[in-house]
Amino acid sequence: MGMTMTQKILAAHAGLSAVSAGDLIEAKLDIVLGNDVTTPVAVKVFDEAGFTRVFDKDKIAIVLDHYTPCKDIKSAELCATARAFAKRFDITHFYDVGAVGIEHALLPEKGIVGPGDCIIGADSHTCTYGALGAFSTGVGSTDMAAGMATGENWFKVPSAIKVVLKGSLQPYVSGKDVILHLIGMIGVDGALYRSLEFTGEGVAALSMDDRFTIANMAIEAGAKNGIFPVDEKTLDYIKNRFKREARIFEADPDASYEREVEIDLCSLKPTVSLPHLPSNTKTVDEVKGLAINQVVIGSCTNGRIDDMRIAASILKGRRVADGIRCIVIPATEEVYLQCIREGLAEIFITAGAAVSTPTCGPCLGGHMGVMSAGERAVATTNRNFVGRMGHTKSEVILASPAVAAASAVMGAVASPLDLEEV
Amino acid sequence: MYQGTVFQYGDNVDTDVIIPARYLNAPSAEELAKHCMEDIDLDFVKKVKQGDIMVGGENFGCGSSREHAPIAIRASGISCVIAASFARIFYRNAINIGFPILECPEAAKRIRSGDTVSVNAESGTITDLTTGEVFHATPFPAFINRIIAEGGLLPYLVAKQKGGEVK
Repeated sequence: MGMTMTQKILAAHAGLSAVSAGDLIEAKLDIVLGNDVTTPVAVKVFDEAGFTRVFDKDKIAIVLDHYTPCKDIKSAELCATARAFAKRFDITHFYDVGAVGIEHALLPEKGIVGPGDCIIGADSHTCTYGALGAFSTGVGSTDMAAGMATGENWFKVPSAIKVVLKGSLQPYVSGKDVILHLIGMIGVDGALYRSLEFTGEGVAALSMDDRFTIANMAIEAGAKNGIFPVDEKTLDYIKNRFKREARIFEADPDASYEREVEIDLCSLKPTVSLPHLPSNTKTVDEVKGLAINQVVIGSCTNGRIDDMRIAASILKGRRVADGIRCIVIPATEEVYLQCIREGLAEIFITAGAAVSTPTCGPCLGGHMGVMSAGERAVATTNRNFVGRMGHTKSEVILASPAVAAASAVMGAVASPLDLEEV
Repeated sequence: MYQGTVFQYGDNVDTDVIIPARYLNAPSAEELAKHCMEDIDLDFVKKVKQGDIMVGGENFGCGSSREHAPIAIRASGISCVIAASFARIFYRNAINIGFPILECPEAAKRIRSGDTVSVNAESGTITDLTTGEVFHATPFPAFINRIIAEGGLLPYLVAKQKGGEVK
């Protein structure tokens, strides 16, 4: 029986010639990641267990991105704990304010993660790096501590859902619409414990930033990981970034999948997820005109340069509607700088948007855009659970950067296609 | 063996309602526990007693990887969680901190809030003492039982590194 792409990467890291779905294995890790929320808990269990060294200081990444620049004293204490740990073990990939970016945009950009890697991160959106052809999955803080101490962790080998992509996307339709559509099809537990393996001729037409967005939200379908094949675009992206040797794995032709889902990219329309589950999807045309108070463009899902460019192309020469707060958060310092160099930052600010230093901030209701009772946001973030962006009576509608920017201009949920006539 | 009163919730109980992100900067488990479930059930922390049992539907613990979620539930006094299915990171986190969870769709469907339930985590037997119904959860693989027996993943690894016989 053949193996899926995920199974092949896991087998290679477990030193096994073959694995099957359901096997419990112990695999070697290439990168172990944590942030300012999860690292302090990991440090506590690491110290309590009596560990005195990390397995490899070059294979740990600590990124202070969630509540930074620190929003209050408690957050500052968390950062201090993480910072002290990074210093104690001379952690190579430690990122603090001024150099920090949202972890899942930062690690690929810095070439810390690459094809064929086996990665765990104490953040659920660690599945993002599957876009590069890596096995990458979110875990908790104890897993992070174990990974930092031993360089290994246990995994149950997942079965997989094959997602066959066909055709190419229409203008103003992006990776975000693909993944929201998929979650709408299969549900928030549709891929529970499983891999989502993306394949088909449609992959080639997707930009790397689209692939990052799609892999990022695999967890929102319950998946253990989402993964893309490695192609020319992947290799172009990692060139001059990734210093280790890329290991390219492909699914066997006779790999077995639990289920096959087909998505015709040409047929997709701008899509949104209504409160309070990412699976509650509608096309934007079905819900346009819904009143909003805030727009957030950023996050580990949609804070990359492609996202900034499409949002700027819509906001250029237009104004954010009266009464709407539009917050733009480039995901990394490199994206931020690129926004300045390309004139995008000026477009945002001239349009009446606030542009922030990189942070997860409002996505998890941390800071930089928390909402009051009765308010509603269109956000390019990844979760619209009860209370996610503030008050339990506030609401989040998930959307692409194009839909978010168009909604900011129209002052209500809107399609970018409607703006052409304005 | 655990025995207590049941707090029952539906499908897709997410980590943002188990412990909202606005409290993730809390410094201790006790502090987290004060806000456990408050966004869907303000009464939970007032009513829960040591040893009580939480029951959820499908995909319990979905969303964030925050280990603060099982930590908050345990610190609130809950002795174990029964669900039809668990989101995978929550499942790992519970095992890794040595917190008993049981996957049992039938029990999740039949047990009602307020019932008195007893749980034998080792055998996976769940008894609803209010209705007399008995359910059997899927037992854990031996490897996971060893982690739980050691008190969590880190104690398990320490025992393994010492080269001693792992329980």
